[in-house]
Amino acid sequence: MPVESVFPRLEPLLARVSKPIQYVGGELNSTVKEWDDATVRWALMYPDAYEVGVSNQGSMILYEVLNEQPDVLAERTYSVWPDLEALMREHGVPQFTVDAHRPVGAFDVLGISFSTELGYTNLLTALDLAGIPLHAVDRTDADPVVIAGGHAAFNPEPIADFVDAAVLGDGEQAVLEITDVIRRWKAEGRPGGRGELLLRLAKTGGVYVPRFYDVEYLPDGRIKRVVPNRAGVPWRVSKHTVMDLDAWPYPKKPLVPLAESVHERMSVEIFRGCTRGCRFCQAGMITRPVRERSITGIGEMVERGLAATGFEEVGLLSLSSADHSEIADVTKGLADRYEGTNTSLSLPSTRVDAFNIDLAGELSRGGRRSGLTFAPEGGSERLRRVINKMVSEDDLIRTVAAAYSAGWRQVKLYFMCGLPTETDDDVLAIAGMATRVIAKGREVSGRKDIRCTVSIGGFVPKPHTPFQWAPQLDAETTDARLAKLRDAIRADKSYGKAIGFRYHDGKPGIVEGLLSRGDRRVGRVIEAVWRDGGRFDGWSEHFSYGRWMAAAEVAFADEPVDVDWYTTRERDFTEVLPWDHLDSGLDKDWLWEDWQDALSEVEVDDCRWTPCFDCGVCPQMGTEIQVGPTGKTLLPLTVAR
Amino acid sequence: MPDGPAPAPAVQKLRLRYAKRGRLRFSSHRDFQRALERALRRAAVPMAYSAGFTPHPKVSYANSAPTGTASEAEYVELSVTERCDPEAVREALDRSLPPGLDVLQVVEADAGSLADRLEASEWKIVLPGVTRAAATAALEQLMARDAVEVERLFKNGPRRFDARGAVVHARVEDVDQDDCAILQVVVRHTTPAVRPDDVLAALRVVAQLVPPSPPQVTRLAQGPLSDAGTVTDPLATVDAGGA
Repeated sequence: MPVESVFPRLEPLLARVSKPIQYVGGELNSTVKEWDDATVRWALMYPDAYEVGVSNQGSMILYEVLNEQPDVLAERTYSVWPDLEALMREHGVPQFTVDAHRPVGAFDVLGISFSTELGYTNLLTALDLAGIPLHAVDRTDADPVVIAGGHAAFNPEPIADFVDAAVLGDGEQAVLEITDVIRRWKAEGRPGGRGELLLRLAKTGGVYVPRFYDVEYLPDGRIKRVVPNRAGVPWRVSKHTVMDLDAWPYPKKPLVPLAESVHERMSVEIFRGCTRGCRFCQAGMITRPVRERSITGIGEMVERGLAATGFEEVGLLSLSSADHSEIADVTKGLADRYEGTNTSLSLPSTRVDAFNIDLAGELSRGGRRSGLTFAPEGGSERLRRVINKMVSEDDLIRTVAAAYSAGWRQVKLYFMCGLPTETDDDVLAIAGMATRVIAKGREVSGRKDIRCTVSIGGFVPKPHTPFQWAPQLDAETTDARLAKLRDAIRADKSYGKAIGFRYHDGKPGIVEGLLSRGDRRVGRVIEAVWRDGGRFDGWSEHFSYGRWMAAAEVAFADEPVDVDWYTTRERDFTEVLPWDHLDSGLDKDWLWEDWQDALSEVEVDDCRWTPCFDCGVCPQMGTEIQVGPTGKTLLPLTVAR
Repeated sequence: MPDGPAPAPAVQKLRLRYAKRGRLRFSSHRDFQRALERALRRAAVPMAYSAGFTPHPKVSYANSAPTGTASEAEYVELSVTERCDPEAVREALDRSLPPGLDVLQVVEADAGSLADRLEASEWKIVLPGVTRAAATAALEQLMARDAVEVERLFKNGPRRFDARGAVVHARVEDVDQDDCAILQVVVRHTTPAVRPDDVLAALRVVAQLVPPSPPQVTRLAQGPLSDAGTVTDPLATVDAGGA
């Protein structure tokens, strides 16, 4: 039976909300299929505002991969702003997809991609608006299966009560495998209902179904053990890894929204994974190994994507784009190809070395050289050894000298505050570094108008990293340390005005920390915050620290744990971590050794260029490093008019 | 200054009329700008670009309809570096834009400014839940006044201005529909611009007319205002003598 569009009921409400265009769909390259022609129907959600979600590369890839299947339909849904949420509740309009404005509750699957834990309250809003029971145990066969993915899904325990399942790692093959299981189960007449379907998904070994695992606690609040409560359910659930990126050239036709979005450009992922080994970086740890897209594969994606979208800018996306084995040929080849077409190229993440200045020069051929961003992450050399970010201060000064000599006027430096073993002195060293940067810039450029911006964020320890055992720095100390740094920068009159300072207070980081390393008990806090009106926690104008703390106070009243226990407490090796039964491939012994190396200030190389360090991922997951060079080049295009 | 040759000069100007229909009426002026510039690139229209560090395609936008308002008569002017067949450009651009942003007409520009010709607009305002009689009475009261002050929120705060003076004429359409009244209003373009919303605000002031659900507004025409008070075609060729 066809499902009716809610648009006629939504339309009168749109005249009364801000930026209504975000709710109407119809983006270029979007897909609307007939409901009745599909066997398996996915609603894909990015739990943030449309302007953020529509640019999300992962969601775009899954949307296209699923819609390429003849009997599968996939539509997108995003978080609605509170103004529309209120009107939808008043007029009984359910959470809808933007493609065909179908009610989310009518789909087989609701897949939600969490880039950050701060989207959890938005999950609850969407479930509630969709008419789907908040708690997975209350759902019936008529409700969609709610599946979480994205980086935050590597520890889905805080949302274990609200999701039916979680998938770790790369999604493009995983969604097809899940689709297969559902397709077969439906063809058999849905034997055993929802419970049987979830069991079949769990038995694949690649889908985590929280309800099939019991968590037992020790009297002191730590976890005693996590055990499967059903036969055939694996003890540990594995992450998914796509090999051969050239075989997965998605998105082939990126979405082009009418509404303004955070990325007004097309992105081409040039490789996935990173083995630089920065110890704070969850993305670098959970996406191993490195898998490069070939230079010719990149060229084809850029060419096809531009023709399909009309974007003026192409971003070459990855965790550390300058590390592609053929990045020089890629950038030069693309710059040659698109010279004179008003198409610009960008490399979102740049390393601190002079090679990057050449790359950046190639990318800004003939254009304005406004600003370059580098991320030393830690202020002192000692701290950079702790986090395994192998950049010396002299490297940085040489790099910025090259940048200022090549015509750049502004350099942005990114740091973190609250890293393990950090003291005030480590952070105050940032002021000295910024001063040297300005002095060097003035010297090599002979100009007074050069600038340096110091941008600093609070460090949050993440699961599946060597810092998963580390104590998080409390908000008060973070704020005090940042205030000292600000004063130190301002104190030097001859440089202070040339140095910009941007920072965030430590409070949101504590909530992120609670959600990142939380267990199932944290779910009660999330629900209480949401019931109290918590929405869009990633947005400072909506975030309320007081609300989170008050909710935690109540939720943990009868438990031997509190917010500090989850955040500022150091764990030891023997503690069962809430995500130990979820396998990112990283060997826990290796992570612990790397944590001990961090404390001893010992650095570890990148396994792309040195022998293996036995992090465990490749043998555990049956994967391998895939890097060039291929030795191929990009040929000039003959532009067809 | 950037390296490289100066941008190619414009050799032709094209004027374009487009419609904003259906759900695409919720696009804002900036949304349309982005969509048009990307469509021009996909359609490979040989656009002229401005000089400088961040070259922009030369497109002049004029007087766009407010967000949420449909329109059959929006206008822009493009500068191109090669002579183009206007109909070919219309067809290519229309294909390249999403359905609902429809390119209706493209002509080669003649002398005179397009913006100057857009003197007035004709609006159709559908008022669901309002009877013809109530609408007629309200309009009569409005037109009997010389001025009616309304308030609207501008970027720098609320501002009061006259919404009556710009109304050239207004009538209720002569169709029998029980559930709604349809207004036809011709409004001269002034500063600040008097929008259909302002006319409705004026009806609220003079006759307490408050539609129970949101009105549906469409711009039917935009162009020079004739002596008879009608809006004429801004793309029509102007006589050299000025008749």
